[in-house]
Amino acid sequence: MAARTFTINDQLISAREGETILQAAREHGISIPTLCHLDGVSSVGACRLCLVEIEGSRVLRPACVTPVVEEMIVRTDTERLREYRRMIIELLFAERNHVCAVCVANGHCELQDLAIAVGMDHVRFDYAFPRCDVDISHPLFGIDHNRCVLCTRCVRVCDEVEGVHTWDVAGRGADARVITDMRQPWGEARSCTSCGKCVLACPTGAIFRRGATVGEMERDRHKIAYIVAAREQRW
Amino acid sequence: MSFLDLDEWLFELAQHIDLVYSPLADVKEYPEHVDVALVEGAVANEDNLRLIRQVRERTRILIAFGDCAVTGNVTALRNPLGDPAPLLHAIYVERADVGSCMPHTPGIIPPLLDRVQPVHKVVPVDVYLPGCPPPASRIRALLEQTLAGGAIHLAGRDMIKFG
Repeated sequence: MAARTFTINDQLISAREGETILQAAREHGISIPTLCHLDGVSSVGACRLCLVEIEGSRVLRPACVTPVVEEMIVRTDTERLREYRRMIIELLFAERNHVCAVCVANGHCELQDLAIAVGMDHVRFDYAFPRCDVDISHPLFGIDHNRCVLCTRCVRVCDEVEGVHTWDVAGRGADARVITDMRQPWGEARSCTSCGKCVLACPTGAIFRRGATVGEMERDRHKIAYIVAAREQRW
Repeated sequence: MSFLDLDEWLFELAQHIDLVYSPLADVKEYPEHVDVALVEGAVANEDNLRLIRQVRERTRILIAFGDCAVTGNVTALRNPLGDPAPLLHAIYVERADVGSCMPHTPGIIPPLLDRVQPVHKVVPVDVYLPGCPPPASRIRALLEQTLAGGAIHLAGRDMIKFG
């Protein structure tokens, strides 16, 4: 496979052809914040946190879905990008009802960690305070839409790894919700195998094991990539 | 309670400050020319609203202290339900075991605002201290910076983690 040489933050690095900027950066210890990205499933560039500047390009590009190109010059940590990232995190907090103090994922939440990383000490935007449902009709798991950031990790892991596609997204804009089967209660979604991969994949406290209380919802998200690698590299 | 967890450092703090107003100090009126106010809690009712405007007017550095002040937090859980009247009715009339009636005591029980708001949505805030509650070490770091008199900068997991 051909090598590609390019520059990130004044550092010359080489990557394999077809690799994304995010993959190449991580292999060289350069961290780019992500939220919708999950190792083991496809990338969709939805959350926009991994946006980077590419010299000569007018628009910002999501590092998770942009392949490296020979001699491209990438910047991952400029003042403009830092401001946009903080804005994105604040908008995510304003869009739903995230109450860390009473959340099952408190202390183990990727959204909470990102808020710290971008230096969010308050939200400048008006909170939307939308009315959101909590579905605990499934015997093992629950979904609290108040805490969902619509990253679609659950949708992708269910479709691509479990091969079932119980999860999907319905509605548009502020009314968008992740749904199970034909927008039935999760407990009545016949396609669900109760495998729990969506529980592993969820970055916040939105999808949780029933019975988990504040701060108890820890998950090993690396298991998804492990399952995928075990399947693909079987010999 | 978290503030009291500052333990013996409270004695050191006491040497540098005059405590002029608090829920625990027997002072009825918020005084003029206050240097620093730590504001706990969100703006939920008309009393809160009146007091926070007075505090802002009479204070140099206003610090939103803890998640309720910074985000609304648990106290804002009622917001998605909208107008508080049906909620009060459900609690005090429909579900009441005895003496069912809507709370209405003008001048004593302050009416609820339609929505609970974080402090900075009502008046300008100078510094934000997240945490539910902010741990004593975080409070101490904030107060040390405040006493030092320079710009206050809080960053990192130890200082700005919500929850």
